[in-house]
Amino acid sequence: MKLGFSPADEAFRAECAAWLQAEMTGEFADIRGIPNLCDAIPRRKEWEQRLGEAGWGCIGWPRKWGGRDATIAQQVIFAEEYARAGAPNRINHIGVELAGPTILAFGSEEQKARYLPEIAAGRQIWCQGYSEPNAGSDLANVKTKARLEGGEWVVNGQKVWTSLAHYSDMIFVVARSEEGSAGPKGLSFLLMDMDQPGIEVRPIRQINGEAEFNETFLTDARCAADAMLGAAGEGWKVAMALLAFERGVSTLGQQMQFRNELDAVIDAARANGKAADPVIRQKIARAEIGLRLMRYGALRMLSGTDLAAIDGAALTYKIQWATWRRNLGELGMEVLGQAGEVASGDHYSWPTLPNLFLFSRSDTIYGGTNQIQRNLIAERGLGLPREPRGQA
Amino acid sequence: MEFAFTDEQAMIAETVRGFFAENATSERTRKAMAADGIDRELWSSFANELGLAGIGLPEEHGGAGLGMVEMALVAEAAGAQVAALPLLGHVMIGQAIARGGSEAQKAEWLPRLAAGELIATAAWAPKLSVADGRISGTFPFLPHGASADLLLVHSGSEAWIVDLKGAGVSVQAHVTMDQTRPFATATLDGAQGEQLADGDAAIAGALAAGWICLAAEALGGAQATLDRTVAYSKERVQFGRQIGSFQAYKHRLADMMIEIEQARSAVYWAACAVDEGSDEAQVALHSAKAFCADTYFMCAGNMIQLHGGIGFTWEHDAHLFFKRARSIQTLLGDGQWHREQVASAVLGAAA
Repeated sequence: MKLGFSPADEAFRAECAAWLQAEMTGEFADIRGIPNLCDAIPRRKEWEQRLGEAGWGCIGWPRKWGGRDATIAQQVIFAEEYARAGAPNRINHIGVELAGPTILAFGSEEQKARYLPEIAAGRQIWCQGYSEPNAGSDLANVKTKARLEGGEWVVNGQKVWTSLAHYSDMIFVVARSEEGSAGPKGLSFLLMDMDQPGIEVRPIRQINGEAEFNETFLTDARCAADAMLGAAGEGWKVAMALLAFERGVSTLGQQMQFRNELDAVIDAARANGKAADPVIRQKIARAEIGLRLMRYGALRMLSGTDLAAIDGAALTYKIQWATWRRNLGELGMEVLGQAGEVASGDHYSWPTLPNLFLFSRSDTIYGGTNQIQRNLIAERGLGLPREPRGQA
Repeated sequence: MEFAFTDEQAMIAETVRGFFAENATSERTRKAMAADGIDRELWSSFANELGLAGIGLPEEHGGAGLGMVEMALVAEAAGAQVAALPLLGHVMIGQAIARGGSEAQKAEWLPRLAAGELIATAAWAPKLSVADGRISGTFPFLPHGASADLLLVHSGSEAWIVDLKGAGVSVQAHVTMDQTRPFATATLDGAQGEQLADGDAAIAGALAAGWICLAAEALGGAQATLDRTVAYSKERVQFGRQIGSFQAYKHRLADMMIEIEQARSAVYWAACAVDEGSDEAQVALHSAKAFCADTYFMCAGNMIQLHGGIGFTWEHDAHLFFKRARSIQTLLGDGQWHREQVASAVLGAAA
């Protein structure tokens, strides 16, 4: 058991750190450290393409599709250095971390060739068509319908909480393709172009004033018959695999971002004297401990060979980080006091800590609420009996 | 990236788990509780048959030559059974001598410690006076102190070991809530102390070992409370359902697992950081001690609650875990103190 990384990995760290530093202090200095996800979208698109050109867009993918065949350790290191350099949140997170790996796992060679190089190059932004007004936590309750018509899937329904749909080129849609089916059966996983008359996107303004996510209406929206991952009616399997990617390596990059956020709280406490308050000191110590334990928990999972144990630890990770970050948001406001409640400009827009306070209320909801996570941990991690369920 | 057990470490973990599960039974622990809190037969097979008393001690002095990660695996397995063993004082004095003793001191003491011949205890934050190597002072809350042969005391950057059976020593045993690790008070009145060659190294070694031992015991104990409660929740039927199918019940068990997985990372992080001499070692030690103790207490409290009335009885083992957890929370510095050490590392010293 070792804490650190190998000399080869540290050399890789130096390489990517140097590149990221140069970009973030050079041509892309204007988008360094921006806290919000919807600011400077055109520049962020340029940044995605710069990452792609330099081969840093999707380093965990095979070289053949624009990746670097990076090991898990290298992916962790890149994620750390990415956040350390203050590089902005990836607007193509869904494409890089979710759509790409799912296409790699389930796509035909033709599908891989069609989508993967575009994502790797930073030219194709993806969004996620999972949730619906009545299918959030109960995802198997999807009502959006797909029917095959003249060599095309014709899709009707409504998706919601579609992050960055208004800036996306592609969406993957979980739709019910078998008439009369219920629950996880009869679903298909479709890859659709956003730029078509059948898709209408309406932004939803959220708690912090931003509009990062959307309602997405599908009215006779179309895609080719073969723009589907997995077999018709077996979309649930694909959808679940994708959620596993969501809980995998991609979450590790968050930790350096969390480090930056905790450092912002610490800096604020130093600046206004709260760093001397013993109660605040205890809370900052708890946050520091929690952050370190997330890091070593993640390294433990990713280093592990005992898959059963890793699965158990991995199940707990979402609720850990989400709860930690929500608490950090509250701590940030406690440190700032009333100063945190006044925006710096003349419109409803927030600097890092108040934005964290507001935004982090979503962390314990999206990707499976804390309550759903506890059910998963109890049923899959501890083998407890399922709660009796009603009919769909 | 190798933050996972080596094959050898995995084997040690499996061996010690099996050993404690088989031997440190509730019946034997309760028998030891009624006496001085030490299962001597267990201690003897622990030291002699398995050679585990020398786990963190150097090979040239009869130890197994392994590190804090391996020591933590042993303490974790012992903690899972709330074993009545004098492990805490043993690892503290062993590391004090291994890291801060002269060659002669190592040669004299370590083989005897590795063989389990001596029972040791250690004082936390003592107030003492020393004149010509003779030590005076009152040392309360010594774990297994009434049964111990050796006492480790320290002050500033000096550390001594004292023969508790020697002249000028009187020991008062106490009735302690956790009967698996009863406390005693030693009063030294000019007792002969043997000063360790490098006091700073001795104290640092003792505290690191003590904190890891307690954190690992807490981890093992917390996991055991979860495992036992999960098993119970699948057996017990109420309202026509296994109680483990009720969400209110499940969510508390899930919360236990969430904390335990973090506690597991904390223990191995701290142990590994000490073994590697990492810059993070102090923060890791304070984090592990504070976090694991709180996790254990939360889990042991839930164990009682989730067992209902039976969990409140003397007959059920839940109280053994609960009392051990409570005791770990204050041994060698409470949570607030440890978190303040972390805060000092992050924010600078308190004003």
